[in-house]
Amino acid sequence: MSTLTEQFKRSLVIAKKNIKIYYLKGPVIIFGLVFPLFLALAYIIGRNVPLKEVLPGLIGMTTFFTATSVGPSIVPWETRSKTLERLLCCPVALWTIIVGDMLSSFLFGLIISVIPLALTLTLGIQPLNFMLLFLGLIIANLCFAALSVLLSAYPPTDVPATSMMLSSLVKFPLVFISGVFIPIEQLPPLGTAIASISPLTYFTDMVRQLFLSRGFYPLALDFTAVIAFTMAFALAAIKLHEKTLTKRLS
Amino acid sequence: MKNKITAIAILALLFLTVSFSAKTEKTYGWDVEHAIAVQELTKHYEDVTAVDHISFGVKKGEIFGFLGPNGAGKTTTIRILTGLIKPDGGKAFVAGYDVLKNPIEAKQRVGVVPEVSNAYVDLTAWENLALIGKLYGVPTQKLRENATSLLKEFGLYEVKDKLVRAFSKGMKQRLLLCMALVNDPEVLFLDEPTSGLDVESARLLREKITRYNRDGKTVFLSTHNMEEANQLCHRIAIINHGRIAAIDTPENLRAQSMELQYIEVAFNKTVNPQDFSGNPSITKAVPAGNKVRIYTADPSTVIAFLVEYAKKNNLRILSLNTMMPSLEDVFLKLIRGKEAVIQ
Repeated sequence: MSTLTEQFKRSLVIAKKNIKIYYLKGPVIIFGLVFPLFLALAYIIGRNVPLKEVLPGLIGMTTFFTATSVGPSIVPWETRSKTLERLLCCPVALWTIIVGDMLSSFLFGLIISVIPLALTLTLGIQPLNFMLLFLGLIIANLCFAALSVLLSAYPPTDVPATSMMLSSLVKFPLVFISGVFIPIEQLPPLGTAIASISPLTYFTDMVRQLFLSRGFYPLALDFTAVIAFTMAFALAAIKLHEKTLTKRLS
Repeated sequence: MKNKITAIAILALLFLTVSFSAKTEKTYGWDVEHAIAVQELTKHYEDVTAVDHISFGVKKGEIFGFLGPNGAGKTTTIRILTGLIKPDGGKAFVAGYDVLKNPIEAKQRVGVVPEVSNAYVDLTAWENLALIGKLYGVPTQKLRENATSLLKEFGLYEVKDKLVRAFSKGMKQRLLLCMALVNDPEVLFLDEPTSGLDVESARLLREKITRYNRDGKTVFLSTHNMEEANQLCHRIAIINHGRIAAIDTPENLRAQSMELQYIEVAFNKTVNPQDFSGNPSITKAVPAGNKVRIYTADPSTVIAFLVEYAKKNNLRILSLNTMMPSLEDVFLKLIRGKEAVIQ
């Protein structure tokens, strides 16, 4: 267990390094701040819908884009600059590095996604259970961070732009099928079925329940699904990165 | 309160799913005298065999040179020994630990200077050292002391707060050596540490390598520079096509290739090297500037012949030197055959 704790401490060191280096990189700012901001503005402005109604979609979208903005670029960047090799020479397991990358992506998402939540509270819109909402926000950020690191695993490229572009190919369709713009209950049966494979669906549904007292799935299922997706993404990220590591280093 | 407990439990569960328990059993490969022990190590990349059943041992406190042409398997071997990639077969022990079974324990005891400069250019020299030190679990106070003393020793203390992006190649290479030493390792892996450096920086690094070796560190040095290997290494392994072609001290390697020794003779007039081709003791005679280079396994007979030749042709010998084969000659002989060296 002490080895495990030690490795986790080293994940935190890696996360701290990532924060220093990658938070201010251009693609992270564009995909993690500028893009969700303008998408959110486009989503809100001109719609004759009460703010409380659009909040679940807004929080879901912001959290998703910000938490997935750092992860896809770290490994390709480190492959290109050969710093990945430097890290792997240190007494850290590959999963330690992956967890470090996930944590830095998670923190970026959490910090930014707290902003719309804080604005909501400032405007006097109270969730039914703030603690549950915050817990959901933490788990969702972890889930999307794990997804973002998974998206950087294949192909084992050393070009961050390639990884960002490919991750966008996954991220955009997910936003459109996850009940962000249209609540799931208003989707046709096929749409509902497709929505059920997206982790964002469950998070948006969770936020909708916690603000509007109505959702498509039971709240417990929303939490369970997001946790299950997080575990699956984290394990898949570790396994896939392990598999592609030799190609990355060659 | 209930929500807090649930939150902690969920986070702990997530953490556990991505963690593995590590074994910390210490196992010696050959014996305790060896810092590195390699047995039948093999690595394939698709249909190419990069490392082909190699075995060797590096004694504690030794500087062990690892020479070979490009693509011979040097970097693959170093990457296996430093736990970066897994071999397809064989065993490797570093600092007493099996790098396959206990890679973290093995890596904890080594310092690495990889082939390509790879300090974080967006961090300062100090931040790079702190990062590596923390990844090795060096306690904060000890890390501060080690980092300060290393940066001073390698002449980087004044620029410790500058981004590495602004460093010259020599400064980056010195920083990499600092990063490799910050955890006070038992074994140092250096992959072409002086490649591309100016004379002064290369000499400084060689001095430091010798100094740290004197302090008890085992050094595994991969290099293309024969003179460097000759100066620094206690023993040398030459690898070619993934196989070990020879392992010995530089002196013994040269002694095993005595057919590569040669005599360089200069006469007061130009002579035709073809004049010497009839002598059975002479392997080959070639012009070398204003001299003639004569390859022979029997220098004394050839010297007597040359003196006789000078008398007979009314020539004066201006200079005559017997040259031992260089490490480069030995290397070329092992890699390409004797003829390649003589040509």
